Amino acid sequence: MTLTRIRGGTVHDPANNRDGVVMDLWFRDGVMVEGPGPGELPSRTHDASGLVVMPGGVDMHCHIAGPKVNLARKMRPEDHREAAPVRRTPITRSGTAGSVPSTFATGYLYAGLGYTTAVDAAIPPLAARHTHEEFHDTPILDKAFLILMGNNYYALKAIAEGEYERARAFAGWLLESSRAYGIKVVNPGGVEAWKSGWNNIHSLDEEVPHLPVTPRMILRGLAQASMDLGLPHPVHIHCNNLGLPGNAATTIGTMEALEGRRAHLAHIQFHSYGGEVSDQASFRSDVPRLADWINSHPEVSVDVGQVLFGSTTSMTGDGPLGYFLHQVTGRKWTSADTEMEAGCGIVPIVYKEKSFVHALQWAIGLEWYLLVKDPWRVGMSTDHPNGASFVAYPELVALLMDRGYRRDVLNRVHPRVRERSILQDLDREYTLQEIAIISRAGPARLLGLSTKGHLGVGADADITIYNSDRDRRRMFELPRMVFKAGELVVDRGEIRAESRGLTWHVCPGYDDGVLPDIRRWFESYYTIRFRNYPVDDSCLSGGGAVSPCDRGKRNP
Amino acid sequence: MTTSGPRASSSLNLISDAVCARCGCACDDIELLVEANRVREARNACPMGAEWFLASPEAGLPKALIGGREASLDAAVAEAGRILSEARFPLVHGLANATCEAQRVAVSIADRIGACLDTAMPLHRGLSGMAFQGVGEIHCSLGEVKNRADLVIFWGCDPGRTHPRHGERYSIGAKGLFTPLGRQSRRIAHVDLLPDSSGLNPDLFVPLEQGKDFEALWTLRALLRGHEIPAGACPGAPLEALRALSDAMKGSRFGVLFLGTGTSSAADSHMVVDAALAMALDLNRHSRFYVSPMRGGGNPAGADNVVTWQTGYPFGVHLGRGYPRFNPGEFSTEEVLSRGEADAALVVAADPASELNPAARKHLAEIGVVALDYGETETTRSARVSFMLAPYGLATPGTIYRMDDVSLPARPAVRSAYPSAEEVLRGIARAVGALP
Repeated sequence: MTLTRIRGGTVHDPANNRDGVVMDLWFRDGVMVEGPGPGELPSRTHDASGLVVMPGGVDMHCHIAGPKVNLARKMRPEDHREAAPVRRTPITRSGTAGSVPSTFATGYLYAGLGYTTAVDAAIPPLAARHTHEEFHDTPILDKAFLILMGNNYYALKAIAEGEYERARAFAGWLLESSRAYGIKVVNPGGVEAWKSGWNNIHSLDEEVPHLPVTPRMILRGLAQASMDLGLPHPVHIHCNNLGLPGNAATTIGTMEALEGRRAHLAHIQFHSYGGEVSDQASFRSDVPRLADWINSHPEVSVDVGQVLFGSTTSMTGDGPLGYFLHQVTGRKWTSADTEMEAGCGIVPIVYKEKSFVHALQWAIGLEWYLLVKDPWRVGMSTDHPNGASFVAYPELVALLMDRGYRRDVLNRVHPRVRERSILQDLDREYTLQEIAIISRAGPARLLGLSTKGHLGVGADADITIYNSDRDRRRMFELPRMVFKAGELVVDRGEIRAESRGLTWHVCPGYDDGVLPDIRRWFESYYTIRFRNYPVDDSCLSGGGAVSPCDRGKRNP
Repeated sequence: MTTSGPRASSSLNLISDAVCARCGCACDDIELLVEANRVREARNACPMGAEWFLASPEAGLPKALIGGREASLDAAVAEAGRILSEARFPLVHGLANATCEAQRVAVSIADRIGACLDTAMPLHRGLSGMAFQGVGEIHCSLGEVKNRADLVIFWGCDPGRTHPRHGERYSIGAKGLFTPLGRQSRRIAHVDLLPDSSGLNPDLFVPLEQGKDFEALWTLRALLRGHEIPAGACPGAPLEALRALSDAMKGSRFGVLFLGTGTSSAADSHMVVDAALAMALDLNRHSRFYVSPMRGGGNPAGADNVVTWQTGYPFGVHLGRGYPRFNPGEFSTEEVLSRGEADAALVVAADPASELNPAARKHLAEIGVVALDYGETETTRSARVSFMLAPYGLATPGTIYRMDDVSLPARPAVRSAYPSAEEVLRGIARAVGALP
C-alpha cells in the first residue's frame, strides 16, 4: 500500500504526549510509520491544517451483537421506525437505526462518529458463534467481546469446591473456545439465583442457591484468573444490586473484595447510589465517596454508563434486573436464559429530564467524569444502549467541555437533583486532550489493545480528523475524515469505503489436564456436543487478530 | 463454481457429531457411516432424521435450467441476475431451509435489488413474532429445560409425532443438574384436542375445544391470578382440568410451555401467543416460567436471526425505498403476490407454487421466477431459471440454528455434484452488484 501523509494537523495523541502538537503523521499498509527520509514523497497527502487529529475512538463497553441485541432489535420495530432510515448506497448496505441499530448500520454510525473499535461487553459463550456471525456483518469497526462468567455453573462450582486452578484452566479454555477477549462478571451469583427461582442475591456474602459460593468468592476467583492467564484486560465487573438506592455500599464492598487485584468496574453510574433500598425517595448520589476510593486505588478502572435523556433500550446479562425494570416501567420485557451460563433481560426505557431518578442518574454520571482525577481510568461510555445510544457521545463531550451548557441543562431538570448531587459545584471542564484520553487512549490502554488508541509508530492507522469548532457537539458529531487501517472510510459524514474490520481475541493457553473433566460436565449438562461448542478462526471477522497475553506479569 | 463436501472415498467413513436439520431439534450427536459417498447409516437419529440423512441425493437432474432447458451454471446465474436486476418490484422468498451463510447472501441480494423480503411461512409464525413485539418473551435455551424444568406443558403439539427426540434430549426424560431422575423429576401436561397417540403419557391432559386456545389460556391466567370464573363464561376447556393445570403451575419452580400451532386458525394465532406470553409474565412474580415456540425443521430460527440483524426486522421487510420497512401482511409473500404486485421472484428453497393461495399462485406463474432448491418442486418446474443444490448440512458446511436460537456447525458427510445455495446466491449477488 502507498505511503500517506496527514499534513499539518493539530494532533491530540495522549499516549505519545502530543497535546495539540501541529505535525505531520505518516502511515503505510494500515500502520503508522516514521516520516520518510529526504527524497521520498507520499503518494497521498491529506491536508489537516487547522483540523484536530486524534486516534480513532475506542468504545470499551457497549452492546452491539449477539442474541440479546438481536432479540432487542426484533422486539422493537417501533424504535427503528421512529429513527431516520439508513439508506443503501452504491457501496453500503441499508439498515435501521434507533437505540439498537442493525449490524451494518452499527458499523456506519460508529465510524461516522470517528469510532473504529468497539467491544461488546456481555456474550454467553454458547452464543459465540452467533456473535461472530454478526461481527462479520458489522463493517469498518474492529470488534471484540467479553464472555459472561460470573454465573457460569462450572466456574462457580470449581470456586465453591476450592479448586481455583480448575476454574482458571476452565476460563482459559472457555476464552479460547469462544474466541473471546476477556472475562465479564455480571451480578455474580445473582443470575444463577434468579434462574433457580429466587429473586436475586443482594450481599457479597450471601450464598448462591445449591452452591456454597458467594459473590465475593466469584469476584476473587475470576479477578485472579484474569491476572494469572495474563489477559490484556482485567476482569470486567457489573456489580450486584445495579440500580438500587444504597448500592454504593455494595460497590465499595466489591472493590474491597478484590484485595488489590486489577479490575474494571463497568457502567459505574448505575452502582453509585446512596439512600435506603426500601425508599426510592431517599435516592442520592454517592459518587464523591466512590471516586475517592478510585483516586487512591490505581489497580481499578471504571467506565461510566452515562444516562442521556431520551428513548432507549435497556439490555443486560442481569436477568433479575430485567425483571425489576419491567416492574418499574410496565413496558414489554424479554428474558432469555442460557443453559449453564447466563441470563438476559431487555426492556424499553425513556429517560426523562423531569423524572427525579433519571435526572439524578444523569448528574451522577457527570460527577464521575468530573471527580476522578486520572482520566486514564475513566472510560467514556453510555453502556450503549442502556444509558443512551452511542450516537449521543457528542452530547456527552459537550457536557464535559462546557460547564455553562452543563449548568443550563442542570437548571431545567428535576430540581431535587441539585440537592442530591454536587454537580452544580463542579467547575471542571474537560480539555480536548482529556476527551482524547477518555474516548480512545484510555479505553485502548485499559483493554490492552497496544496498537489502538494512539498514533505512534506501529499503531494501527485508525485516525479521526475533526473540524475545530467551539460547538463541541457539532465538532464531534461530524468528523471531517475517518481512516480505518489507513483507508479513508468516512469523508464529511459520508461512508467512502466499507472494510470488514477484525475481531480481536485472546489465546491465553490453559492446563489441558482439565479437559476430560470439562468434557464430562459438558456432556452431562449441555445439550450440544462438546466438539460442536468451540468456534474456529474461520468464524472470525477479517480472520481475527490475537491480542497477546502476558503470563509473566501475573501479580503486579 | 466448485462442488462441496469431503472427497469421495470407497472405504467406510465415520462422521461424528453431525447435525440434523430435519425437525428443528437440531440433534448434533448423529454418527454417519458413509460409504462410496452415500450415507449408509445415521446412528442416534430418529426415523425422521434417518430418512433425511439417507435420502437418495438428486441425480440426473441438470444443475441449472433456463426456461426448462438445461443450461450452464454461469448462463443461469447471468439470466437470474438479469431478471432480478430488471424487476421493478422483486420478491425474495424462503430462506428458512438454508444455512445462515446462504441466508446472509440472500438478504444482501434483496437489499441491492430493493426487494420485498419474506421468510414467514406459514403466516402464523410471523404472527407469533408480532405477539413477541407487543409483549416480549420469556425464553430459555433447551438445556435450561433439561437441567431445571419440573413442569413441561405441550400446548397444541405432540413432540412424539413432530419432534421425536425432543423429549429424550430436552424436555421429558432428559436428566439434568436439578432433574437427575429425568421423567420422574418433572410433571408433563398435554393440552390439545385429543390425547396423544405417540406415547407421551402425560401426568395431566387438558382437552381443548377446537379453536379455543385463547379462551383456555385466558381462563388459566385468571385462575393463576386467583380470579373466580363466572358461570356462563367460555373457558375453552373443562374448568376442572384447567384448575388442575393451574395448580401444577403454581406448584412448580421452573415451568415451560411449548407452544405448537395449536388448534386455532392462523388469523388469531398471535392472540394465542400473546396470551401465553402474558401468562408467563405473571408467573415470573413467583417462580420461573418460560414459553417456547415449537419451531419446525430446517433453519427458520437462523432466518429470523439473520434477517433481523441485517435489517432490524424479522420478516415482512420491504427494501424498495432503499431502506428496510416492516409491515407484515402488506409485505408478506402471499399478500404481495395475491395483489399482483411483484414482477419477479427469487425463491430460496421453498415451494410457494404449491403452498400459497390460488390468487398468489396464479400471479407467481406469470412472473419471472428464479428458484433454488434441493430437488424438483412445483416452483422449480415452473420457474424461468432454476438451480439444483447440494443438500445443506449433509453435503455443504454452514451454520444452523436450533429452535431455541442456539447455533451449530453443520458437518458435511458426502460430496455433491451440485453447488451449495451459498455458492449460487453469491453468483447471483455478483450479477446484480450486491455487496458481499
